Amino acid sequence: MIKGLALLSFTFLLGMWMGDLLGTLLGIDANVGGVGFAMIFLILVKEGFVKKGWWKDELEFGIEFWNKLYIPVVIAMAASLNVKSALSSGVLAILAGTVPVFLAFWVFKVLIKSVKFD
Amino acid sequence: MEELLKLIDKNGLIVAFLLVGLLTWITDVFSKKVLASRIPGSAIAIFLALVFGYLGGLLGDGEKGLADLKLFQGLSLLGGSMFRDFAIVATASGASFFLIRKSGWIGMISLVFGIGVFFLGGVALAWLMGYRDAVSLCTIGAGACTYIVGPVTGGAIGASSEVIALSIGSGVVKTIAVTIFTPILAKKIGLDSPGAAMAFGGIMGTSSGVAAGLAATDPKLVPYGAVTATFYTGLGCLVCPSLFYLILNWLLS
Repeated sequence: MIKGLALLSFTFLLGMWMGDLLGTLLGIDANVGGVGFAMIFLILVKEGFVKKGWWKDELEFGIEFWNKLYIPVVIAMAASLNVKSALSSGVLAILAGTVPVFLAFWVFKVLIKSVKFD
Repeated sequence: MEELLKLIDKNGLIVAFLLVGLLTWITDVFSKKVLASRIPGSAIAIFLALVFGYLGGLLGDGEKGLADLKLFQGLSLLGGSMFRDFAIVATASGASFFLIRKSGWIGMISLVFGIGVFFLGGVALAWLMGYRDAVSLCTIGAGACTYIVGPVTGGAIGASSEVIALSIGSGVVKTIAVTIFTPILAKKIGLDSPGAAMAFGGIMGTSSGVAAGLAATDPKLVPYGAVTATFYTGLGCLVCPSLFYLILNWLLS
């Protein structure tokens, strides 16, 4: 189990580091796509391990546990958002936070209709 | 009683596991028995958590929702960015690299569309509400992207703290709106495949909102939405204070 967790931690740190480096390279004080890079590393490492026959259930369990913990983490995150100040920071904040969302739902619908997925 | 409070205070994270577990249990039963599983239990749990966050803000008068109350402070650790990002990365073990590579191009197009739509929407609304200077307009437009792009942009171009606060507010409202409306609208807009989820992540951008919304829609789609959404904030921080600001400034002068 701990081997899977270590593998997950390794890809996480490597991806975040890439994100930070990319941010610095672009001259902005932000992590650019760290999570995305980490996800791609994890997928690649998994592919490599499966090919070599090193990917065992025991190892997967350490990653699967965190995969399953994802929704509880989101619930905890929702409960610790600053909902009150978001709703009380004025009409403009509420409008600017919702109107473009509906616009984006519409753009998404149009975009998805215009491309075909198999 | 005093011992119990001390115990809760010392073991915040463990208390958070218990609280979230209880909430999930109750909402799962409610979803199955009362709603015949028409709305997934996790969607109800996330929505209720937002309501609790609001109540926590009323009672605790802080910045971390329910986690400002001492009893619930572990929630901000469990729901903090470290665990959130770590758990999102873990979801990738269930994703197929083949599908991600195949739909990568639509993810990139959708990122550009997404930042454009939210920035323009934010700027237009700020204009309607009476803002006329490029700095404020740009900061509010950036805040409509995410609550990180807003303050980063505002800080870079020298916006007033009031406008920066407004931009953070817009970004948080966006996260909440995406969380609530994604499961409701998913069927209508055709959000039902990994490729569509990648486009969705790119257009909506807020990684917490996209991930929470997809989790409530279909947990299998989470990694695909997350993998594109994670580039949105970085791209926003890159173009809002530079390219978009220059264009706005040029248009207004």
